[in-house]
This record gives sequence, C-alpha cells and structure tokens, in this order.
Amino acid sequence: MTRTLVLVLIGGVLFGFGLAWSTMAQPEVVLSFLTLDDFGLALVMGAALAVSLPIYQLAPRCMNKPTAGESFERIPRRVKPSTIIGGMIFGIGWGLSGVCPGAGVASLGIGNWPILFALIGMALGAYAQGVLASRKPATHPHETDSVSAT
Amino acid sequence: MFDELFPNGVTHYLAGGAGIGAAIGMIYLLTGRIAGISSFFSAIHSWWSHLPFFQQRYLRNERTWKSVLVIGLIVGAAVFTIGCGEVFTTEVQWWRLLIGGVLVGFGTRTARGCTSGHGICGISSLVPPSIAATLIFMGVAIITAHIVAALGVTP
Repeated sequence: MTRTLVLVLIGGVLFGFGLAWSTMAQPEVVLSFLTLDDFGLALVMGAALAVSLPIYQLAPRCMNKPTAGESFERIPRRVKPSTIIGGMIFGIGWGLSGVCPGAGVASLGIGNWPILFALIGMALGAYAQGVLASRKPATHPHETDSVSAT
Repeated sequence: MFDELFPNGVTHYLAGGAGIGAAIGMIYLLTGRIAGISSFFSAIHSWWSHLPFFQQRYLRNERTWKSVLVIGLIVGAAVFTIGCGEVFTTEVQWWRLLIGGVLVGFGTRTARGCTSGHGICGISSLVPPSIAATLIFMGVAIITAHIVAALGVTP
C-alpha cells in the first residue's frame, strides 16, 4: 500500500507539473480554447493521449498485472443516460468557469488562490450529486459499478 | 494560419500534454489505477458524511490514494511555478468560478468522469461512454463559452 501511494504521489507530481507547464491550470487559457481563439488545449489533449493511449492499450494485454498492483482497473463500456446528462452539465460549468477538476486542483499550486471558489463549488456539486443519487430508488446499486471512471 | 490557431506558440502545450499523458500512463502501468480527478470530490465526503452513498466501498477505497494524487498535483504545479518564478492569479470573476464549479462537480460526478477520467483515461481505454462524454462536454463547453462571451461577461 505504501509503495502504491509513493508511486501515485510521483505520478501526481508529474501530472501537476504538466498541467502547470501546459498553462491549462490557468482558466483564461482554457476559456481561450473554448471561444476558439487558441487551439492549444487540443494539442495538450493530443500530446497526452499520444503517450497514455498506447500504455492503456498495451499494458493489460502484455502484462498479467501492474508492476505494483493486483489488477488493471477498467472503465465500464456501457453508455448510460447519466453519462450524457452529466457531460452536458459539466460542459456548462466548464464553459462558464474554464476550470475542470484536475486543472483546478493544480491551479492551487501555481498560486491561483481565487480557484478556491471553483474547488469549493466542485465539492458542493459533488455532494449534491450524492444526495440526489441517494433519493433515487436503488434499481442500479452503485456497488455493481466495478470502477468509477474518475 | 498556424499562428492564428496557436497565437501563443505550441511547445509548452505539447510538452505539458506529454507530461500529463506520461503521468497518467505511469500510474496505470505501475499501479493499474485510473487517475481521474473528479471522484476525489465525491470521495472526500466519505471522511465525514454518514450518507450511505458516500460510504460506498469504491469511494472509501479511493479516498486515500486520490487525496495523495491531488497533493501530488498541487506540489507538481508548485514546483513548476517556483522553477519559472511566476505566480498566476486568475481574473475570471469569482461567481463564474463558484457557479461553474458547482456545475462541474455535479456534472462530472453524474457522468462519473471529467477531462482526466473520461477525456484521457477513458479515450485511452477506447470505451464508448468516455468518448461520448468527452465529445458532449467539449461541445457544450464551447457553446457555453461563446454565449458567456457574447453576453459581454469579461473576464
């Protein structure tokens, strides 16, 4: 467990370094992509996928298990209505603020203290989602989801 | 043409993006874990809320390592900022950050993924829900940003 957490920490540091370097931790830069004034975010996504996609595809095929773990997590393949509805709500919030969860967290590290408004908002929104989901009849128990996508 | 698409150059975008991809790939290769960030914002409520929703096993299992991941993100961004010696403070208005943040938190947890979980990990996994979610949140965000700009809200 400790070994896993050390590896996650190292990966997290590289992740945050990359977010800061790419300037995606600056809401203004993300917004300039969303208004189609600077297509940089597409390059960031493309460069990230160029590295991560081969690893995600090859690792589970070529290795029985991760170097320091029991199994490779898998994202469920079924599209649910909540995937679409949630994506739309996320899109409105992202377009309004220019902040997504990873970039928002990294933004704290670049000294961007007003990002706390967005981070507190995300915690409140995630809490509201949990409260709302608790009220629905449990026809699809969440425990059956093998993995949470994020 | 190229300068119009990328008025601020391309090097930092490509280098930063490769770093992000390497980090997410490294975590998957070594630990088998999907490094999405939005579930951190659900998992933190498992520390204090007694709601059964937040006490689900997957959130309790994730809360420690996702917290470590988030600490790593902050440290990594701080290392870069100390290295280049330039602190950044956003001019985007506080209400946009707060209201946008609430919608981002609610929406990403409804869709069970954000730009990292669906956009990078999910597309890297080539799974339909992540590809669909990414196209939708990108499209809706582009429309929203245009509406906000057209209403004259700056910054």
